Order: sequence, then C-alpha cells, then structure tokens
Amino acid sequence: MSLAGYEFEVQRDDGLATEEMTLNMGPQHPSTHGVLRFVVKADGEIMRTALPDIGYLHRSIEKISEKVGYHGFMPYTDRVDYVSAMQCNQGWAMVCERAAGIEVPRRGEFCRIIACELGRIASHLLSVGTMVMDIGGMTPFTHAIREREKVNNLLEDLCGARLTFNYMRIGGVAWDLPPGYAEQVTAFLDQFEPLIAEYNDLISYNKIYVERLANVAAVSKEEAINYNLVGPNLRGCGFQYDVRRDEPYSIYPELDFDVPVGTGEVGTLGDCFDRYIVRIKELKESCKIVRQCLDMIPDGPVLARVAKKLKPPVGDAHVRVEASRGDMGWYVVSDGSEFPYRTKIRTGSFSAMSIVDKLSRGIMIADLIALIASLDVVAPEVDR
Amino acid sequence: MQSFIDGLIASGAFGGLPAEAVYPAMMFLFASLVVFGFVLPLVTITIWLERRVWSRIQSRVGPNRVGPQGVLQGLADGVKNILKEDVVPDAADRPLFVFAPYLLVWGFLATFVVIPFSSALVIADLNVGILYIVAIVALSAVGVLMAGWASNNKWSLLGGIRSAAQVVSYEIPAGLALLPVVLLTGTLSTQGIIQAQGWAPWDWFLFHSPFTFIAAFAFYISALAETNRTPFDIPEAESELVAGFATEYSGFRFALFFLAEWGSLYVTGAIMAVLFLGGWQIPTGWTNNTVVLNIAQLTVFFLKAYFWVFLAMWIRATLPRIRVDQMMSLCWKYLVPLGFVNLVGTAVWMVIWPEGNAFVPYLMVVGTLALIVIFFRRVLYHLRRAKPELYFNPAI
Repeated sequence: MSLAGYEFEVQRDDGLATEEMTLNMGPQHPSTHGVLRFVVKADGEIMRTALPDIGYLHRSIEKISEKVGYHGFMPYTDRVDYVSAMQCNQGWAMVCERAAGIEVPRRGEFCRIIACELGRIASHLLSVGTMVMDIGGMTPFTHAIREREKVNNLLEDLCGARLTFNYMRIGGVAWDLPPGYAEQVTAFLDQFEPLIAEYNDLISYNKIYVERLANVAAVSKEEAINYNLVGPNLRGCGFQYDVRRDEPYSIYPELDFDVPVGTGEVGTLGDCFDRYIVRIKELKESCKIVRQCLDMIPDGPVLARVAKKLKPPVGDAHVRVEASRGDMGWYVVSDGSEFPYRTKIRTGSFSAMSIVDKLSRGIMIADLIALIASLDVVAPEVDR
Repeated sequence: MQSFIDGLIASGAFGGLPAEAVYPAMMFLFASLVVFGFVLPLVTITIWLERRVWSRIQSRVGPNRVGPQGVLQGLADGVKNILKEDVVPDAADRPLFVFAPYLLVWGFLATFVVIPFSSALVIADLNVGILYIVAIVALSAVGVLMAGWASNNKWSLLGGIRSAAQVVSYEIPAGLALLPVVLLTGTLSTQGIIQAQGWAPWDWFLFHSPFTFIAAFAFYISALAETNRTPFDIPEAESELVAGFATEYSGFRFALFFLAEWGSLYVTGAIMAVLFLGGWQIPTGWTNNTVVLNIAQLTVFFLKAYFWVFLAMWIRATLPRIRVDQMMSLCWKYLVPLGFVNLVGTAVWMVIWPEGNAFVPYLMVVGTLALIVIFFRRVLYHLRRAKPELYFNPAI
C-alpha cells in the first residue's frame, strides 16, 4: 500500500492476510477543531501515519488584501486566527506602520498590549479547555470557557465585538479604554489568577490526564527547530524563545515577564504535557503583563493621524508578532499605490501541521488526538 | 402471580382460552407494564439527574424547562428521537444493523428480573441470580459489537472491537469481585444475599472485612468499564471515534443505545446495593403493615442504588478518558490479581472467624465515616476559597 510515497507492510508471523485500515479523520471530526483532515493509516489501534490534508478553510485572505487596501484589510485579519484575533490585528497594523513610517502614540501601544494579552488569555483558555475535552474530561472545558466569557465581556467593552474585534487601526487603536476599565480588568485578574491553581488541581495534575499526555509525541529541540515549530510548541521543547522578549516590539521591552518553557516534569522533555503546561504558565505571565500595562499606561491620544488613503513608499516591510500560536510573520510589498502589491502571512499552526506526520508514526489513535490538541492547531490559521 | 392468573382462568375471565395461551399473553402484558411503567421512567429520571448533576459540577444550569426543574426533559427527547427519520446506511448489514440496539436493551432489561426492590418486590428470585446477571449483561457486548460491525463504518468498527475487548476483559475482575460475597453467603440468590446482611452498616458486606471492602470497589470499577462509563467510555469516545459504535444510528435506535447505557448504570448501582450495602434491609419491628414496610424497603433500596449512580455521574464529570492499552493493563495487571487476593483473603478470613470478626466491621465503619468527614471539610475549604458568585442558585 502506498500513500504519497510512503510504503507500509503489515507482517504477521502466522501468515494470515491482513491489511491496513485507511481512516478519514475529518474534515467533520469532533476533535480536529474546525475543518482539518487527516488521512490515517492504522494497523488496528496503532497508527502508521497520519497525513494532514489542508485547504478546507482557504479564503484567499492574502489576495483579498490586494483589492481592499491597507485600512480596509483590518477586519479580514481578524479571520486569520479568529481565536486570538487581536494579535493578527496588531501584526497588520505594525507591518503597515513600518512600511509607511507611522509613529503610534504611546497610549495606543499600551491599549494594544492590554488587548493582545487579554486575547492571549482567551485563546489559551480555549486551547487548554478543548485539549482536556479531547482527552475526555468534560468539566474543565466548561470552567475554562466560563472564564473565557469574562475575557470576552472585557474585550466587548473595549471594542464592541467578542470574537472578530477589528479593534486596531494603522497608527493606533480605534477607541480609548472605556471609563473604569482598569478597575474592571483588575477585578477580573484578581478573580482569575487563583483559578489557574484551581484548574491545575482540577485537571492538570490528574493522574489519568498525566498518564495520557506524558511521553506522548515528544519533540526534541532540534526537531522543533527543523520543523519550524513556534510559540508554546517550541517552548514546550525547552527552547526559550519568545518574539516578545528576543525581538521585542511595541512596549514589551519595558515590561517584566518570564518566558515559561517545558521542563519534562512528568515525562520526556517536549511531550504533549509540556506543551500543555507551557500554556497554563503563560496565562499567569499574560495576567502579569496586563497588570503592568494598567499601572504604566500614560495619558494622551490613542490614534495617530494617518492618511485616509494610505500610500506607503515603494518597498517592503516585515514584522513578527508573538501571537497565541507563536511567531506570526507579516510581510507586505508596496508599489506606492493605495493597495498592497503582495501580502504574506506566516502562521504557527501551518508549520505545526508539518510535524504531525512524523510524530504520529507508531502511536495510538487516541494519542493522535492528544497530539493535535497539544499543538493547538486552529484550522483558519492553517489555511488563511 | 401464577396463582392470580390461575384464579382468573378459573373464574372464566378469558372465555375458556387454554392456559397455554393465557400464560404467554399475561407474561407479555406484565413485561410491557414493567418496561413502560417502571423502567422507562427510571431511565428518564436517571438521565435527567445525570444532566443536572453534570451541569452543577460544570457551573451551568442544565435542562430546566420541560416540567418542574426539567424532569420531563427525557420525555421530550424521547418524542423527538421517535419522530426523527430512522436512517439505515445503504452499505450497512441491514438485519444486524436493525437488530443490534434491541439486543443491547434486552441485555439490561433482563437484569431487572432478579433485582429485589424490597422483600416482596422481585420478579423472580432465581437461585442463580448473580450468575444470571453476569451472563445476561454480556449480551450488551454482543449488541455493541454487532452495531459496530453492521454499520460498515470504520469508526464504528473500532468502537465495536474496543467494546468487545473491554467487556470481555472486565467480566473477569467483575466476576472475581462477586465471589467473596458468594463465599460468605453460600448462595447466588439475590434475596439470599440481602437476607444474609443487616440494616446497620456494620452488618453490610462492604464492611465485613478489608477484602470485601476492596472487592466492592473492584467490582464497581469493573462495572463502570462494562457499562462504558467514563473513564472507560473508550468504545464511544466522542473525541476519537466520533460516536463509536453509535455513529451511524439515528432516531429511535440511537435513543435505545442511551436507554441501555443509563439503564445499565442504574443496574450497576442496584447490584452494588444488593451485594455490599445490604439491599432493602431496614430496622424491623416498627410496623406490621406489609405495604408500608415494602415502601420503606423500596425507598432505602433506591437511595442506596442511587448513591452509586451519583458516584458514577461524579466520576464521569471529573475524570478524563484512559487509553485502550491503559485500560487493558488496569484490568489484567491490577484488578484480576486483586480479585484473586480478595477471594483467597476472604476464604482465610472465614476459616479464622467463621461468624465474622466482631471488631473489624465497627472499625471500618468509623474509618469510612472519618474519611467522609475529611472529604467534606476539603470540599468546604474549596467552596470558601472560590468566589461565591461562581456558583448558581441550586434551584434555578
């Protein structure tokens, strides 16, 4: 049997004829988080390979930017990764600012970081919640979603939307913080931070949960770099790299936060549990960042004066932001007109899909679910 | 029952029909009455209870619209499922596909025959009662395997195969965990086992010796696995196998799977109550009225059975699912050896103290009470630590 160049044979000692089972996991499968498809070759419960088949959610977002202009593309960036849309907003705003040489007011930068980190909390809560649900635990998911609703309420107060925010503008943000916002956010953080410990009590160190994740699909540092894993997936392998710290942008250099890495505390370094626990630890760091921003935020305007028809000079610009799923690259080429000549978005989920086939050989079907969940793949981000 | 029908035949109520025709007809009528009048409401209530308990644990409200507090939700769901189209896939093995859910339901309905709800309320007090239950419960494995195979769907097939492996494996620790009780009583009859116990906790087999105590929980774990409950819901693991063996089913046949699942959950609780918690035993001598006595026994029996049902709901809401290989190693590496230890231990215990140790049951009751108190103190600590706003009003 061959599939995309892979040859597999099932050999049995007793000479009975047997064949591998080809399973279609997705695009409508409960645990592929959207429309992903995996062509699974399995020998009973043991998998030989799982080939990702992507493209079910391709919406030509990069091409659209060439038709709608710099300002008009902002709502589309929400749809690149609709689970944490704020960082996508920020990426587009930053790359346009770099191309056109626009300076963002300082208060605007703080508003951006507050929004982004709240968005990261929401995204990681969804990620760890669905991960537990994929492993079979139902309760932690609802607890995570309950907290995510509160973050969504805060973001709704900020920009009027709960999922696709369209909050940022080239040159700043659309609206200033509403009155009393700092108190609201602080109240939420005060209530949320102890709940991280409760969540760990509830599930993270549950014996069954740890047994399901420990030593499953471990990635070494070298492998992670070769396969271009980014964000929590890379840090889960013990490699301390965070765009916010190592190639700082916006006001991150002024902020004090740690970059948590996987330590292999329950099994091999870089296994599913490490990728999971890095996200839990990042929740705390995001809370820390939001608190600092609320303390340090200066007065002033939030939006610079930018031309209605933005025409950056001929040239190109590239920025990297640390989105919830890792290093997100934004590249734009300007030909001097009001429409981008070319836009390219590089996302973490897309590169994470490439390692699935390698890791899935020889593990069980149930482990593939854990692997996909721990990579935190979001389908729209894969295809764009 | 038979004498009642004989009386009716003698009085000419059936217009001279031969007794051979009347008996099956009456049996059918009676069975339908039991199924529709007792088992269906029981399962409906259990499903409703599970959903409400779950929603409390998950800090949401749960079904509360149909009837008072949503009790009739199961009725609404049942009506909806009956009205849905019953789709049989083209490629399915039609006779097997159609028959499989009935086999599953049959497997759990037949166990009700030997469950003694009170000293008088038991359909048939078979002298092989426990053996009968162990045998008949295995029918559901055939049903699941049949459903998985006949669906002609690879996910269903995987679910069916997993289920067969699971049920066949866990029959053994379940059977081994029953044996200490059979050893102690010398009977397989469910009524006989209950009569060998008393109303007080220290007369229960749960606290008879450390071996029966462990056997009770070994049986409970095996029973959870046999009824496909979390953390052993591997055959229908919805995040892995979509819906496992039930993937291709729709409408009423799909509902039958759930009827069987929650029905067997109650059966598990009832068997636990019979074997280890003294069944319907209550203090005697306070009433001479047989009806009142039987109602009191029925209530006590239901409370004991629903304690285990509630525990299963709690476990399901708390724990994630284990993997297939972990499930097998739990069975063969831990539960089966433990079952043999319990069996031999109980035998030795009976040789040393033929009438039972006078001191150990009291000690174990006190120890269990202490554990419960410590547990509730922990729960109170967490409740105080958490923000009260997170918890809903219990009667929404």
